[in-house]
Amino acid sequence: MPVVDVEHVAKSYANRAVVDDLSFSVAQGEIFGLIGPNGAGKTTTIRMMMDIIKPDAGDVRIFGEKLSEATKNRLGYLPEERGMYKRLRVLDSVLYLASLKGMDVRAAEAKAGELLGQTGMTPNKSKKIEELSRGMAQIIQFIVTIIHGPDLVIVDEPFSGLDPVNTEAIKEMIVDLRKQGKAVILSTHQMNQVEELCDRILMIDHGRAVLYGGLQEIKSRFRSNSVVVDCDGELGLVQGVVETHRHGGNVELVLDKNTTPKQVLERLVSSGITINRFEVGIPSLNEIFLEVAGKDHE
Amino acid sequence: MNKTLLILRHEFLKTIKRTGFVVLTLSLPVLALLGMGIYRIASGVERPAPTATETGYVDEAGGFDRFTTQGNIALVRFDSRSAASQALVEKKIKDYLVIPADFLSTGMISRFTLQRELTPPTATEAAIRKFISDNLLAGKLSENAIARVETPLRLVTTTLNSTGGVSAQQGGLASFVVPAIFSFLLGLSLIFSSTYVLQSLSEEKENRLMEILLSSVSTRQLLTGKVLGLGAAGLAQVIVWVLSFPLLLKLASSYLGGFLSSLQVPAGFWVLGVVYFILGYLVFAVLSACIAAVTSSMQEAQGLAGIYTVFIFSPFWFLSLIMLYPNNPAWIVFSAFPLTAPVLTMMRLGVTGVPAWQLALSLAVLVASVIGGLLLAAKLLRTYLLMYGKRPGLAQIARGLRGS
Repeated sequence: MPVVDVEHVAKSYANRAVVDDLSFSVAQGEIFGLIGPNGAGKTTTIRMMMDIIKPDAGDVRIFGEKLSEATKNRLGYLPEERGMYKRLRVLDSVLYLASLKGMDVRAAEAKAGELLGQTGMTPNKSKKIEELSRGMAQIIQFIVTIIHGPDLVIVDEPFSGLDPVNTEAIKEMIVDLRKQGKAVILSTHQMNQVEELCDRILMIDHGRAVLYGGLQEIKSRFRSNSVVVDCDGELGLVQGVVETHRHGGNVELVLDKNTTPKQVLERLVSSGITINRFEVGIPSLNEIFLEVAGKDHE
Repeated sequence: MNKTLLILRHEFLKTIKRTGFVVLTLSLPVLALLGMGIYRIASGVERPAPTATETGYVDEAGGFDRFTTQGNIALVRFDSRSAASQALVEKKIKDYLVIPADFLSTGMISRFTLQRELTPPTATEAAIRKFISDNLLAGKLSENAIARVETPLRLVTTTLNSTGGVSAQQGGLASFVVPAIFSFLLGLSLIFSSTYVLQSLSEEKENRLMEILLSSVSTRQLLTGKVLGLGAAGLAQVIVWVLSFPLLLKLASSYLGGFLSSLQVPAGFWVLGVVYFILGYLVFAVLSACIAAVTSSMQEAQGLAGIYTVFIFSPFWFLSLIMLYPNNPAWIVFSAFPLTAPVLTMMRLGVTGVPAWQLALSLAVLVASVIGGLLLAAKLLRTYLLMYGKRPGLAQIARGLRGS
């Protein structure tokens, strides 16, 4: 049974479809990337999953049922628009929000101590939230999201505004969650993070699904018939190559329909040229994103 | 623990720890004690003894030559206007009167003074009146009859109950004082308590906490917990004020004397006071929640809330009219209007007996407003709490409510 099952959901505002007939599912133990350009409908989709917004049509099931108070306790949610009680102390904030997830005080105190220690935030536990830096506050928000050991964690743009050190800390915690068998939905437009972390993705544009499936399978699907070569000396003419493009020290060779990368490699080796690097031309997710969503979204 | 109770406890504890709340709660007893201290110091300062003054008069009508000492005012006779005028210029007298020859038929008396006045001093006018009437009536009527002409009556009203016995509630100013003070405190408490709801929701919206909270609780749990928690804090404030009231009264009675011992509180007043506080608070709290839902900052929310909080104290603008005509149809209508009902009804209870049907109507309207307001607030919260931009117009709100 999938952890999340979204079927044909739709939402419109002022006769403009924000989410249009969207379906997907998320399985246990995977990091699922929800990607798309700004305004694509990612946050609206998440809010419908969280029952914060009612869909106009369609059905959302979390753990096989409609979202209820009991189900909410099994969810961890870090929204894009997030904040904390500025004048409340760090530990008090964490404990109060953990109590709203059904945790008893002692268990919450123990887990808060553990997570604050793990993130190096223990010295700040008695500070007011307004005394923390933005990055520190985001770490606390992430702790609040996972303190109750949720089975499903939804994080919307978790890396925005974070420095590289804090980004790594959050990434490690997300990977840990997958190791523990939790399902994680990561919504972001930072493609490098998705490429690094996600097992499967759903790309939406103008509220509709434009790409859905395993990350590697999608990348293979968008593989162009080209190879990238780094070699010493001039390549000259190679049979089966119809175009060459130079990118810094590398050369991209575009092959004709009847030539495979293996054949080109054999021809290069037999020509006696020294090859330092030879790669099949698989586009990055960012390139796929641009191709699918269009450069106007950049 | 139930999530509503968790929110209730959190809001209650957070509020009562606020410096502003503590200061406001203690301000009434502290200010009262301060006032008593100032009164004691001021009353310890000896007042200058009232100085005797001399008023001249020219008797052109004749017969006004007795009773020339009236209190601190001595009436000095002059034979002519010029002599009196000379004495006034030389400041031997404060003012002088001319009783003309045709006084009996016209009743006119002229008074001359060097001082520019708004109206003649009350003591001077009273002394002149008594001087004239004493001289006119002396020898013609008995002393008692003269006293009755000068002070015809002292009206003493006794209120009877339905069985013809003397009622325990005799009305008058003494029975209005406590309800009036209580109404004022009730108004203050309603404003502050509902402002706490406004601040709390606006703060969570402004700090982008709403979505995090709604991932754990429903809008109804959030609203109920907040309204009850902050209402409990407001009630605690009222209880501190009500409990300190008799103590302060006892302390003050030693300075202000017998008047305080005559203060009366209408039967059932405190019970109705608590009921009106709770219902009034709930009405203003749900209104505050509606305002917080559709605005994007605390400043904007407080600006809008100012409009309806004006209604709380509006009965005090018409205090004298309410005291004179407590059963005027206008007050009956506004006693059944949810924004004015709590304070106005409590004020009217101090002046007159409010019929049971009017109380029932007023309470029924408040209960209906609370239920309707709660449903509306929950819908607005759900629809607009995640809106962080421009405030929606009324038409947009109506569309949003239909669509939610």
